[in-house]
Amino acid sequence: MSISHAPPDPDVVAKSPVPDPDPDPAADTDTDTELPEPAIAGELERIVASSTRRTRVPRWLRRTSGPVLLLALWQLLSSTGVLTADVLASPGTIARVAGDIVSDGSLPNAMGVSLQRVAVGLLFGVIVGTGLALVAGLFRVGEDLVDASVQMLRTVPFVGLIPLFIIWFGIGEAPKIAIITLGVSFPLYLNVYAGIRGVDAQLIEAGESLGLSRWGLVRHVVLPGALPGAMTGLRYSLGIAWLALVFAEQINADAGIGFLMVQARDFLRTDVIVVCLIVYAFLGLLADFVVRTLERLLLQWRPTFTGR
Amino acid sequence: MATDVHRPVTTTKSPSTPPGSAVRVAGLTRSFDGRAVIDRLDLDVRPGEFVALLGRSGCGKSTLLRILAGLDRDIEGTVLVPRRKAVAFQAPRLMPWKRVWRNVLLGLAGRPERALAERALAEVGLEHRANAWPKTLSGGEAQRASLARALVREPDLLLLDEPFGALDALTRIKAQRLVDELWQRRGCAVLLVTHDVEEAVLLADRVLVMDEGVIAYETAIDLERPRGIADPRFAELRTELLHRLGVEAPDASSPASSPAAAAAAAAAAAAAA
Repeated sequence: MSISHAPPDPDVVAKSPVPDPDPDPAADTDTDTELPEPAIAGELERIVASSTRRTRVPRWLRRTSGPVLLLALWQLLSSTGVLTADVLASPGTIARVAGDIVSDGSLPNAMGVSLQRVAVGLLFGVIVGTGLALVAGLFRVGEDLVDASVQMLRTVPFVGLIPLFIIWFGIGEAPKIAIITLGVSFPLYLNVYAGIRGVDAQLIEAGESLGLSRWGLVRHVVLPGALPGAMTGLRYSLGIAWLALVFAEQINADAGIGFLMVQARDFLRTDVIVVCLIVYAFLGLLADFVVRTLERLLLQWRPTFTGR
Repeated sequence: MATDVHRPVTTTKSPSTPPGSAVRVAGLTRSFDGRAVIDRLDLDVRPGEFVALLGRSGCGKSTLLRILAGLDRDIEGTVLVPRRKAVAFQAPRLMPWKRVWRNVLLGLAGRPERALAERALAEVGLEHRANAWPKTLSGGEAQRASLARALVREPDLLLLDEPFGALDALTRIKAQRLVDELWQRRGCAVLLVTHDVEEAVLLADRVLVMDEGVIAYETAIDLERPRGIADPRFAELRTELLHRLGVEAPDASSPASSPAAAAAAAAAAAAAA
Protein backbone atom coordinates (compact mmCIF):
# COMPACT_ATOMS: atom_id res chain seq x y z
CA MET A 1 0.00 0.00 0.00
CA SER A 2 2.54 2.51 1.10
CA ILE A 3 4.60 1.71 -1.94
CA SER A 4 1.80 2.41 -4.37
CA HIS A 5 1.11 5.77 -2.70
CA ALA A 6 4.73 6.77 -2.42
CA PRO A 7 5.76 9.73 -4.53
CA PRO A 8 7.21 8.64 -7.78
CA ASP A 9 10.93 8.58 -7.94
CA PRO A 10 12.13 11.81 -9.52
CA ASP A 11 14.45 9.82 -11.71
CA VAL A 12 11.58 7.71 -13.02
CA VAL A 13 9.54 10.82 -13.77
CA ALA A 14 12.41 12.40 -15.55
CA LYS A 15 13.02 9.28 -17.53
CA SER A 16 9.43 8.51 -18.46
CA PRO A 17 8.42 9.64 -21.91
CA VAL A 18 5.11 11.13 -20.71
CA PRO A 19 4.06 14.08 -22.91
CA ASP A 20 3.90 16.61 -20.15
CA PRO A 21 6.61 19.19 -20.69
CA ASP A 22 4.59 22.09 -22.10
CA PRO A 23 0.79 21.83 -21.86
CA ASP A 24 0.39 20.39 -18.34
CA PRO A 25 2.20 23.05 -16.30
CA ALA A 26 0.33 25.70 -18.21
CA ALA A 27 -3.01 24.09 -17.34
CA ASP A 28 -2.01 23.87 -13.70
CA THR A 29 -1.26 27.57 -13.38
CA ASP A 30 -4.47 28.42 -15.18
CA THR A 31 -6.70 26.60 -12.76
CA ASP A 32 -4.83 28.11 -9.84
CA THR A 33 -5.33 31.72 -10.90
CA GLU A 34 -8.82 31.56 -12.37
CA LEU A 35 -10.67 29.32 -9.95
CA PRO A 36 -9.63 30.07 -6.39
CA GLU A 37 -13.12 29.12 -5.16
CA PRO A 38 -12.83 25.34 -4.84
CA ALA A 39 -9.94 25.77 -2.43
CA ILE A 40 -11.99 28.16 -0.23
CA ALA A 41 -15.40 26.52 -0.60
CA GLY A 42 -14.74 24.19 2.30
CA GLU A 43 -14.63 27.06 4.79
CA LEU A 44 -16.68 29.87 3.29
CA GLU A 45 -20.15 30.05 1.89
CA ARG A 46 -21.36 32.52 -0.66
CA ILE A 47 -24.28 34.71 0.41
CA VAL A 48 -26.61 34.89 -2.55
CA ALA A 49 -28.37 38.18 -3.14
CA SER A 50 -32.08 37.87 -2.42
CA SER A 51 -32.96 39.32 -5.84
CA THR A 52 -31.29 36.40 -7.62
CA ARG A 53 -32.55 33.81 -5.19
CA ARG A 54 -36.17 34.88 -5.47
CA THR A 55 -38.16 33.11 -8.14
CA ARG A 56 -39.69 35.15 -10.90
CA VAL A 57 -43.11 33.51 -10.51
CA PRO A 58 -45.67 36.18 -9.58
CA ARG A 59 -47.27 35.96 -6.17
CA TRP A 60 -50.84 35.31 -7.35
CA LEU A 61 -49.67 32.44 -9.52
CA ARG A 62 -47.84 30.86 -6.58
CA ARG A 63 -50.91 31.25 -4.44
CA THR A 64 -53.21 29.61 -7.00
CA SER A 65 -50.85 26.74 -7.81
CA GLY A 66 -51.83 24.83 -4.64
CA PRO A 67 -55.58 24.59 -5.41
CA VAL A 68 -54.83 23.85 -9.07
CA LEU A 69 -52.60 20.91 -8.12
CA LEU A 70 -55.33 19.61 -5.84
CA LEU A 71 -57.79 19.82 -8.70
CA ALA A 72 -55.43 17.95 -11.01
CA LEU A 73 -55.03 15.17 -8.44
CA TRP A 74 -58.79 14.89 -8.11
CA GLN A 75 -59.26 14.64 -11.87
CA LEU A 76 -56.54 12.00 -12.00
CA LEU A 77 -58.22 9.90 -9.29
CA SER A 78 -61.61 10.19 -11.00
CA SER A 79 -60.39 9.27 -14.47
CA THR A 80 -58.41 6.27 -13.18
CA GLY A 81 -61.53 5.02 -11.42
CA VAL A 82 -60.21 5.26 -7.87
CA LEU A 83 -62.99 7.73 -7.12
CA THR A 84 -66.30 6.45 -8.46
CA ALA A 85 -68.95 8.87 -9.65
CA ASP A 86 -71.44 8.05 -6.87
CA VAL A 87 -68.86 8.83 -4.17
CA LEU A 88 -67.46 11.98 -5.74
CA ALA A 89 -68.09 13.23 -9.26
CA SER A 90 -65.10 14.17 -11.39
CA PRO A 91 -64.11 17.84 -11.81
CA GLY A 92 -65.34 17.70 -15.38
CA THR A 93 -68.85 16.57 -14.35
CA ILE A 94 -68.90 19.15 -11.61
CA ALA A 95 -68.00 21.91 -14.02
CA ARG A 96 -70.85 20.84 -16.28
CA VAL A 97 -73.33 20.67 -13.39
CA ALA A 98 -72.14 24.04 -12.19
CA GLY A 99 -72.77 25.42 -15.67
CA ASP A 100 -76.27 23.93 -15.62
CA ILE A 101 -77.35 25.31 -12.27
CA VAL A 102 -75.83 28.68 -13.07
CA SER A 103 -77.67 28.89 -16.38
CA ASP A 104 -81.04 27.80 -14.95
CA GLY A 105 -80.64 30.54 -12.33
CA SER A 106 -80.88 28.40 -9.21
CA LEU A 107 -77.26 28.92 -8.09
CA PRO A 108 -77.15 32.72 -8.63
CA ASN A 109 -80.46 32.98 -6.78
CA ALA A 110 -79.21 30.89 -3.91
CA MET A 111 -75.95 32.83 -3.75
CA GLY A 112 -77.80 36.13 -3.70
CA VAL A 113 -79.95 35.01 -0.79
CA SER A 114 -76.98 33.57 1.13
CA LEU A 115 -74.74 36.57 0.54
CA GLN A 116 -77.44 38.86 1.78
CA ARG A 117 -77.87 36.81 4.96
CA VAL A 118 -74.13 36.85 5.61
CA ALA A 119 -73.88 40.57 4.92
CA VAL A 120 -76.72 41.47 7.27
CA GLY A 121 -75.55 39.05 9.97
CA LEU A 122 -72.00 40.31 9.67
CA LEU A 123 -73.12 43.91 9.89
CA PHE A 124 -75.09 43.27 13.08
CA GLY A 125 -72.29 41.13 14.47
CA VAL A 126 -69.67 43.80 13.81
CA ILE A 127 -71.85 46.42 15.47
CA VAL A 128 -72.58 44.26 18.51
CA GLY A 129 -69.09 42.77 18.87
CA THR A 130 -67.16 46.00 18.37
CA GLY A 131 -69.65 47.98 20.40
CA LEU A 132 -69.37 45.68 23.39
CA ALA A 133 -65.59 45.55 23.02
CA LEU A 134 -65.39 49.35 23.04
CA VAL A 135 -67.56 49.57 26.13
CA ALA A 136 -65.54 46.90 27.94
CA GLY A 137 -62.18 48.08 26.64
CA LEU A 138 -62.49 51.79 27.21
CA PHE A 139 -64.33 51.92 30.53
CA ARG A 140 -63.62 49.96 33.65
CA VAL A 141 -67.32 50.00 34.53
CA GLY A 142 -68.06 48.61 31.08
CA GLU A 143 -65.52 45.86 31.62
CA ASP A 144 -67.14 44.88 34.90
CA LEU A 145 -70.61 44.82 33.37
CA VAL A 146 -69.89 43.30 29.97
CA ASP A 147 -66.81 41.14 30.04
CA ALA A 148 -67.90 38.41 32.46
CA SER A 149 -71.22 37.91 30.64
CA VAL A 150 -69.61 37.75 27.22
CA GLN A 151 -66.90 35.37 28.39
CA MET A 152 -69.63 33.13 29.79
CA LEU A 153 -71.87 33.24 26.73
CA ARG A 154 -69.11 32.69 24.23
CA THR A 155 -68.48 29.18 25.53
CA VAL A 156 -72.03 28.17 24.62
CA PRO A 157 -71.91 26.54 21.18
CA PHE A 158 -73.98 28.90 19.07
CA VAL A 159 -75.15 26.04 16.83
CA GLY A 160 -76.91 24.60 19.86
CA LEU A 161 -79.04 27.71 20.01
CA ILE A 162 -80.66 27.12 16.63
CA PRO A 163 -83.74 25.28 18.01
CA LEU A 164 -84.22 28.02 20.57
CA PHE A 165 -83.89 30.70 17.90
CA ILE A 166 -86.48 28.98 15.74
CA ILE A 167 -88.90 29.02 18.66
CA TRP A 168 -88.13 32.68 19.38
CA PHE A 169 -87.87 34.09 15.88
CA GLY A 170 -89.96 31.66 13.79
CA ILE A 171 -88.65 30.14 10.57
CA GLY A 172 -88.08 33.24 8.45
CA GLU A 173 -84.88 35.20 7.95
CA ALA A 174 -84.60 36.35 11.57
CA PRO A 175 -83.21 33.15 13.19
CA LYS A 176 -80.63 32.73 10.41
CA ILE A 177 -79.36 36.28 10.75
CA ALA A 178 -79.42 35.96 14.53
CA ILE A 179 -77.23 32.86 14.38
CA ILE A 180 -74.72 34.59 12.11
CA THR A 181 -74.73 37.69 14.30
CA LEU A 182 -74.09 35.60 17.37
CA GLY A 183 -71.27 33.65 15.77
CA VAL A 184 -69.61 36.77 14.42
CA SER A 185 -69.84 38.88 17.58
CA PHE A 186 -67.62 36.83 19.88
CA PRO A 187 -64.37 36.66 17.91
CA LEU A 188 -64.69 40.35 17.13
CA TYR A 189 -65.38 41.18 20.74
CA LEU A 190 -62.42 39.17 22.02
CA ASN A 191 -59.92 40.56 19.53
CA VAL A 192 -61.01 44.19 19.62
CA TYR A 193 -61.09 44.09 23.42
CA ALA A 194 -57.62 42.52 23.56
CA GLY A 195 -56.43 45.04 20.97
CA ILE A 196 -57.66 47.98 23.05
CA ARG A 197 -56.12 46.62 26.22
CA GLY A 198 -52.90 45.85 24.37
CA VAL A 199 -52.24 49.45 23.36
CA ASP A 200 -48.87 50.59 24.68
CA ALA A 201 -49.37 52.61 27.88
CA GLN A 202 -46.36 54.72 26.92
CA LEU A 203 -48.17 55.90 23.81
CA ILE A 204 -51.26 56.76 25.85
CA GLU A 205 -49.07 58.79 28.16
CA ALA A 206 -47.39 60.49 25.21
CA GLY A 207 -50.83 61.35 23.87
CA GLU A 208 -51.81 62.79 27.25
CA SER A 209 -48.65 64.87 27.38
CA LEU A 210 -49.47 66.22 23.94
CA GLY A 211 -52.74 67.52 25.27
CA LEU A 212 -55.14 65.06 23.68
CA SER A 213 -58.59 65.00 25.23
CA ARG A 214 -60.19 61.74 26.31
CA TRP A 215 -61.94 61.39 22.98
CA GLY A 216 -58.76 62.46 21.18
CA LEU A 217 -56.86 59.68 22.93
CA VAL A 218 -59.47 57.14 21.89
CA ARG A 219 -59.50 58.36 18.31
CA HIS A 220 -55.79 58.91 17.70
CA VAL A 221 -54.17 56.39 20.00
CA VAL A 222 -56.47 53.64 21.28
CA LEU A 223 -58.50 52.82 18.18
CA PRO A 224 -55.62 52.78 15.70
CA GLY A 225 -53.68 50.70 18.20
CA ALA A 226 -56.52 48.20 18.40
CA LEU A 227 -56.85 47.93 14.63
CA PRO A 228 -54.52 44.93 14.15
CA GLY A 229 -56.58 43.04 16.72
CA ALA A 230 -59.80 44.11 15.04
CA MET A 231 -58.52 42.79 11.71
CA THR A 232 -57.71 39.42 13.25
CA GLY A 233 -61.20 39.39 14.74
CA LEU A 234 -62.74 40.23 11.38
CA ARG A 235 -60.86 37.36 9.75
CA TYR A 236 -62.19 34.87 12.31
CA SER A 237 -65.63 36.41 12.06
CA LEU A 238 -65.85 36.01 8.32
CA GLY A 239 -64.92 32.35 8.63
CA ILE A 240 -67.52 31.81 11.31
CA ALA A 241 -70.14 33.73 9.33
CA TRP A 242 -70.01 31.17 6.50
CA LEU A 243 -70.05 28.33 8.99
CA ALA A 244 -73.10 29.74 10.75
CA LEU A 245 -74.75 30.25 7.37
CA VAL A 246 -74.36 26.57 6.46
CA PHE A 247 -75.91 25.47 9.74
CA ALA A 248 -78.72 27.98 9.59
CA GLU A 249 -79.62 27.20 5.99
CA GLN A 250 -79.48 23.44 6.33
CA ILE A 251 -81.86 23.27 9.24
CA ASN A 252 -84.75 25.03 7.65
CA ALA A 253 -84.70 27.16 4.59
CA ASP A 254 -86.42 27.48 1.27
CA ALA A 255 -83.66 29.37 -0.48
CA GLY A 256 -79.90 29.78 -0.33
CA ILE A 257 -76.88 27.61 -0.90
CA GLY A 258 -77.60 25.47 2.16
CA PHE A 259 -81.09 24.79 0.87
CA LEU A 260 -79.63 23.78 -2.49
CA MET A 261 -77.39 21.32 -0.70
CA VAL A 262 -80.17 19.80 1.35
CA GLN A 263 -82.21 19.36 -1.79
CA ALA A 264 -79.26 17.72 -3.57
CA ARG A 265 -78.76 15.36 -0.65
CA ASP A 266 -82.39 14.25 -0.91
CA PHE A 267 -81.84 13.44 -4.59
CA LEU A 268 -78.40 11.88 -3.98
CA ARG A 269 -76.74 14.46 -6.26
CA THR A 270 -73.18 14.51 -4.95
CA ASP A 271 -72.18 16.67 -7.91
CA VAL A 272 -74.53 19.49 -6.83
CA ILE A 273 -73.32 19.17 -3.24
CA VAL A 274 -69.73 19.52 -4.39
CA VAL A 275 -70.62 22.56 -6.52
CA CYS A 276 -72.15 24.17 -3.43
CA LEU A 277 -69.09 23.33 -1.37
CA ILE A 278 -66.87 24.89 -4.01
CA VAL A 279 -69.04 27.98 -3.97
CA TYR A 280 -68.57 28.18 -0.20
CA ALA A 281 -64.84 27.79 -0.63
CA PHE A 282 -64.69 30.58 -3.19
CA LEU A 283 -66.78 32.87 -1.05
CA GLY A 284 -64.38 32.16 1.82
CA LEU A 285 -61.46 32.97 -0.47
CA LEU A 286 -63.18 36.19 -1.48
CA ALA A 287 -63.71 37.14 2.16
CA ASP A 288 -60.05 36.47 2.85
CA PHE A 289 -59.10 38.68 -0.08
CA VAL A 290 -61.25 41.48 1.31
CA VAL A 291 -59.56 41.26 4.71
CA ARG A 292 -56.10 41.11 3.14
CA THR A 293 -56.83 44.22 1.13
CA LEU A 294 -58.12 46.00 4.22
CA GLU A 295 -55.00 45.00 6.14
CA ARG A 296 -52.74 46.21 3.37
CA LEU A 297 -54.48 49.56 3.33
CA LEU A 298 -54.99 50.09 7.06
CA LEU A 299 -51.96 48.42 8.62
CA GLN A 300 -49.15 49.55 6.35
CA TRP A 301 -47.58 51.36 9.30
CA ARG A 302 -46.99 48.11 11.16
CA PRO A 303 -43.31 47.36 11.74
CA THR A 304 -43.75 43.60 11.74
CA PHE A 305 -42.43 40.66 9.81
CA THR A 306 -44.25 40.20 6.52
CA GLY A 307 -42.71 36.96 5.36
CA ARG A 308 -40.08 36.33 2.72
CA MET B 1 -51.72 69.68 28.43
CA ALA B 2 -54.78 71.03 26.79
CA THR B 3 -56.92 69.53 29.50
CA ASP B 4 -55.44 71.39 32.44
CA VAL B 5 -53.15 73.98 31.04
CA HIS B 6 -54.94 76.89 32.60
CA ARG B 7 -54.66 75.55 36.07
CA PRO B 8 -51.55 74.65 37.99
CA VAL B 9 -50.97 71.01 38.75
CA THR B 10 -51.68 71.41 42.41
CA THR B 11 -53.78 70.09 45.20
CA THR B 12 -53.98 73.27 47.25
CA LYS B 13 -55.00 76.80 46.37
CA SER B 14 -51.85 78.84 46.08
CA PRO B 15 -50.70 82.31 45.06
CA SER B 16 -50.25 82.88 41.35
CA THR B 17 -46.89 82.33 39.73
CA PRO B 18 -44.48 85.15 40.44
CA PRO B 19 -43.44 86.90 37.25
CA GLY B 20 -39.88 85.63 37.40
CA SER B 21 -40.69 81.91 37.44
CA ALA B 22 -41.26 79.25 34.82
CA VAL B 23 -41.65 76.49 37.38
CA ARG B 24 -42.49 76.88 41.02
CA VAL B 25 -42.61 73.83 43.26
CA ALA B 26 -43.10 74.13 47.02
CA GLY B 27 -43.40 71.35 49.56
CA LEU B 28 -44.06 68.70 46.92
CA THR B 29 -44.52 65.17 48.21
CA ARG B 30 -45.21 62.07 46.14
CA SER B 31 -45.45 58.69 47.83
CA PHE B 32 -45.58 55.21 46.42
CA ASP B 33 -47.12 52.77 48.90
CA GLY B 34 -46.32 55.03 51.84
CA ARG B 35 -42.71 55.57 50.81
CA ALA B 36 -42.08 59.20 49.91
CA VAL B 37 -40.07 59.23 46.69
CA ILE B 38 -40.31 63.01 46.62
CA ASP B 39 -40.33 64.49 50.10
CA ARG B 40 -41.21 68.18 50.57
CA LEU B 41 -39.24 69.26 47.54
CA ASP B 42 -38.85 72.92 46.55
CA LEU B 43 -37.76 74.04 43.09
CA ASP B 44 -37.84 77.23 41.08
CA VAL B 45 -36.89 77.58 37.45
CA ARG B 46 -36.57 81.01 35.83
CA PRO B 47 -38.05 81.59 32.36
CA GLY B 48 -35.53 80.64 29.73
CA GLU B 49 -33.31 78.81 32.18
CA PHE B 50 -31.75 75.46 31.25
CA VAL B 51 -31.78 73.24 34.31
CA ALA B 52 -30.35 69.72 34.41
CA LEU B 53 -31.54 67.29 37.04
CA LEU B 54 -29.11 64.56 38.02
CA GLY B 55 -29.59 61.73 40.42
CA ARG B 56 -29.07 58.10 41.03
CA SER B 57 -31.47 55.57 39.59
CA GLY B 58 -34.73 55.56 41.55
CA CYS B 59 -34.09 58.91 43.24
CA GLY B 60 -37.37 60.28 41.91
CA LYS B 61 -36.06 62.56 39.17
CA SER B 62 -38.27 61.05 36.48
CA THR B 63 -41.22 61.14 38.88
CA LEU B 64 -40.62 64.87 39.36
CA LEU B 65 -40.59 65.38 35.59
CA ARG B 66 -43.81 63.40 35.20
CA ILE B 67 -45.44 65.53 37.88
CA LEU B 68 -44.34 68.72 36.12
CA ALA B 69 -45.71 67.31 32.87
CA GLY B 70 -49.04 66.72 34.57
CA LEU B 71 -48.85 62.98 33.99
CA ASP B 72 -48.76 62.16 37.70
CA ARG B 73 -51.30 64.02 39.79
CA ASP B 74 -51.27 61.92 42.93
CA ILE B 75 -49.37 64.60 44.82
CA GLU B 76 -49.35 66.90 47.84
CA GLY B 77 -47.97 70.41 47.81
CA THR B 78 -47.83 73.24 45.30
CA VAL B 79 -46.75 72.81 41.71
CA LEU B 80 -47.06 75.70 39.28
CA VAL B 81 -46.07 75.17 35.67
CA PRO B 82 -46.61 77.17 32.48
CA ARG B 83 -49.70 76.48 30.50
CA ARG B 84 -47.68 75.64 27.41
CA LYS B 85 -45.29 72.84 28.09
CA ALA B 86 -44.03 69.84 26.17
CA VAL B 87 -42.29 66.58 26.95
CA ALA B 88 -39.76 64.51 25.04
CA PHE B 89 -39.36 61.04 26.52
CA GLN B 90 -36.44 58.65 26.45
CA ALA B 91 -38.25 56.55 23.85
CA PRO B 92 -39.55 58.73 21.00
CA ARG B 93 -43.11 57.45 21.55
CA LEU B 94 -44.26 58.31 18.06
CA MET B 95 -47.64 56.85 17.10
CA PRO B 96 -46.63 54.11 14.65
CA TRP B 97 -49.91 54.50 12.74
CA LYS B 98 -49.36 58.17 11.92
CA ARG B 99 -46.88 59.55 9.44
CA VAL B 100 -44.17 61.73 10.93
CA TRP B 101 -45.84 65.05 10.14
CA ARG B 102 -49.15 63.89 11.62
CA ASN B 103 -47.29 62.81 14.74
CA VAL B 104 -45.84 66.30 15.03
CA LEU B 105 -49.27 67.91 14.81
CA LEU B 106 -50.99 65.43 17.11
CA GLY B 107 -52.85 67.12 19.93
CA LEU B 108 -52.61 70.66 18.57
CA ALA B 109 -55.84 72.59 18.82
CA GLY B 110 -57.82 73.40 15.69
CA ARG B 111 -56.81 72.16 12.25
CA PRO B 112 -53.11 72.86 11.98
CA GLU B 113 -51.52 73.00 8.53
CA ARG B 114 -48.99 70.45 7.40
CA ALA B 115 -46.61 73.35 6.73
CA LEU B 116 -46.45 73.96 10.48
CA ALA B 117 -45.18 70.44 11.04
CA GLU B 118 -42.73 70.81 8.18
CA ARG B 119 -41.28 73.97 9.71
CA ALA B 120 -40.80 72.21 13.04
CA LEU B 121 -39.24 69.21 11.29
CA ALA B 122 -36.93 71.51 9.34
CA GLU B 123 -35.70 72.92 12.64
CA VAL B 124 -34.48 69.48 13.64
CA GLY B 125 -33.26 68.67 10.12
CA LEU B 126 -35.98 66.16 9.29
CA GLU B 127 -38.09 67.97 6.69
CA HIS B 128 -37.32 65.29 4.10
CA ARG B 129 -38.83 62.60 6.35
CA ALA B 130 -42.16 64.37 6.96
CA ASN B 131 -44.15 61.79 5.01
CA ALA B 132 -42.34 58.72 6.38
CA TRP B 133 -43.80 56.08 8.68
CA PRO B 134 -42.14 56.05 12.11
CA LYS B 135 -40.99 52.45 11.55
CA THR B 136 -38.66 53.65 8.80
CA LEU B 137 -36.84 56.21 10.99
CA SER B 138 -33.50 55.53 12.61
CA GLY B 139 -33.20 55.96 16.38
CA GLY B 140 -31.72 59.44 16.06
CA GLU B 141 -34.32 60.51 13.50
CA ALA B 142 -37.18 59.27 15.65
CA GLN B 143 -35.81 61.17 18.63
CA ARG B 144 -35.53 64.34 16.54
CA ALA B 145 -39.11 63.86 15.32
CA SER B 146 -40.16 63.59 18.96
CA LEU B 147 -38.28 66.83 19.67
CA ALA B 148 -40.04 68.52 16.74
CA ARG B 149 -43.35 67.33 18.15
CA ALA B 150 -42.47 68.99 21.46
CA LEU B 151 -41.22 72.23 19.86
CA VAL B 152 -44.19 72.73 17.55
CA ARG B 153 -46.23 73.48 20.68
CA GLU B 154 -43.97 76.52 21.31
CA PRO B 155 -43.57 75.55 24.95
CA ASP B 156 -42.55 77.90 27.72
CA LEU B 157 -41.25 74.83 29.50
CA LEU B 158 -39.62 71.91 27.73
CA LEU B 159 -39.29 68.74 29.77
CA LEU B 160 -36.68 66.28 28.55
CA ASP B 161 -36.64 62.85 30.19
CA GLU B 162 -33.25 61.33 29.31
CA PRO B 163 -33.93 62.04 25.65
CA PHE B 164 -30.49 60.92 24.54
CA GLY B 165 -30.30 57.84 26.72
CA ALA B 166 -31.09 55.36 23.97
CA LEU B 167 -28.93 56.96 21.30
CA ASP B 168 -25.46 55.81 20.29
CA ALA B 169 -22.51 57.99 21.30
CA LEU B 170 -22.14 59.83 17.99
CA THR B 171 -25.84 60.48 17.49
CA ARG B 172 -26.03 61.62 21.08
CA ILE B 173 -23.38 64.32 20.58
CA LYS B 174 -25.30 65.63 17.56
CA ALA B 175 -28.61 65.54 19.43
CA GLN B 176 -27.11 67.41 22.39
CA ARG B 177 -25.84 70.14 20.07
CA LEU B 178 -29.25 70.32 18.45
CA VAL B 179 -30.97 70.77 21.80
CA ASP B 180 -28.46 73.48 22.73
CA GLU B 181 -29.16 75.34 19.47
CA LEU B 182 -32.91 74.98 19.75
CA TRP B 183 -32.91 76.20 23.32
CA GLN B 184 -30.83 79.26 22.43
CA ARG B 185 -33.18 80.03 19.52
CA ARG B 186 -36.44 79.39 21.36
CA GLY B 187 -35.52 80.76 24.75
CA CYS B 188 -37.85 78.42 26.64
CA ALA B 189 -37.10 77.04 30.07
CA VAL B 190 -35.76 73.49 29.88
CA LEU B 191 -35.67 70.82 32.54
CA LEU B 192 -33.40 68.00 31.44
CA VAL B 193 -33.49 64.81 33.47
CA THR B 194 -30.35 62.82 32.82
CA HIS B 195 -27.89 60.40 34.37
CA ASP B 196 -25.01 61.71 32.31
CA VAL B 197 -22.97 64.23 34.31
CA GLU B 198 -21.05 65.39 31.24
CA GLU B 199 -24.27 66.07 29.36
CA ALA B 200 -25.61 68.11 32.28
CA VAL B 201 -22.46 70.24 32.53
CA LEU B 202 -22.36 70.65 28.76
CA LEU B 203 -25.90 71.98 28.40
CA ALA B 204 -27.29 73.42 31.62
CA ASP B 205 -27.17 76.83 33.31
CA ARG B 206 -27.75 75.12 36.60
CA VAL B 207 -27.34 71.50 37.65
CA LEU B 208 -29.40 69.99 40.43
CA VAL B 209 -28.62 66.73 42.18
CA MET B 210 -31.61 64.95 43.62
CA ASP B 211 -31.24 62.64 46.57
CA GLU B 212 -33.55 61.34 49.30
CA GLY B 213 -36.51 63.02 47.63
CA VAL B 214 -35.16 66.57 47.68
CA ILE B 215 -32.72 68.73 45.74
CA ALA B 216 -29.62 67.81 47.71
CA TYR B 217 -27.12 69.94 45.83
CA GLU B 218 -27.16 72.55 43.14
CA THR B 219 -24.50 74.43 41.25
CA ALA B 220 -24.54 77.10 38.58
CA ILE B 221 -22.50 76.25 35.49
CA ASP B 222 -20.68 79.49 34.71
CA LEU B 223 -18.83 78.23 31.65
CA GLU B 224 -18.88 80.10 28.34
CA ARG B 225 -20.90 78.54 25.57
CA PRO B 226 -20.16 76.61 23.44
CA ARG B 227 -18.56 74.44 26.07
CA GLY B 228 -15.79 71.94 25.57
CA ILE B 229 -15.03 69.00 27.77
CA ALA B 230 -11.33 69.84 27.53
CA ASP B 231 -11.85 72.93 29.73
CA PRO B 232 -10.21 72.34 33.16
CA ARG B 233 -13.16 74.04 34.88
CA PHE B 234 -15.45 71.55 33.12
CA ALA B 235 -13.55 68.63 34.59
CA GLU B 236 -13.67 70.30 38.01
CA LEU B 237 -17.45 70.66 37.88
CA ARG B 238 -17.82 67.10 36.66
CA THR B 239 -15.67 65.76 39.45
CA GLU B 240 -17.63 67.71 42.04
CA LEU B 241 -20.97 66.49 40.67
CA LEU B 242 -19.74 62.91 40.52
CA HIS B 243 -18.68 63.26 44.13
CA ARG B 244 -22.17 64.51 45.03
CA LEU B 245 -23.60 61.49 43.24
CA GLY B 246 -21.47 59.21 45.36
CA VAL B 247 -18.85 58.38 42.76
CA GLU B 248 -15.30 59.25 43.75
CA ALA B 249 -13.14 60.09 40.77
CA PRO B 250 -9.62 58.72 41.19
CA ASP B 251 -8.11 62.03 40.08
CA ALA B 252 -10.21 64.31 42.26
CA SER B 253 -7.19 66.41 43.28
CA SER B 254 -5.95 67.13 39.77
CA PRO B 255 -9.00 67.15 37.52
CA ALA B 256 -7.33 68.06 34.24
CA SER B 257 -4.34 65.79 34.61
CA SER B 258 -5.90 62.58 33.39
CA PRO B 259 -8.87 62.96 31.08
CA ALA B 260 -9.00 59.24 30.47
CA ALA B 261 -9.51 58.48 34.16
CA ALA B 262 -12.14 61.19 34.43
CA ALA B 263 -13.93 59.78 31.43
CA ALA B 264 -13.87 56.37 33.05
CA ALA B 265 -15.33 57.89 36.20
CA ALA B 266 -18.06 59.56 34.16
CA ALA B 267 -18.85 56.26 32.52
CA ALA B 268 -19.00 54.62 35.92
CA ALA B 269 -21.39 57.33 37.08
CA ALA B 270 -23.53 56.80 34.05
CA ALA B 271 -23.60 53.10 34.74
CA ALA B 272 -24.47 53.66 38.38
CA ALA B 273 -27.22 56.14 37.59
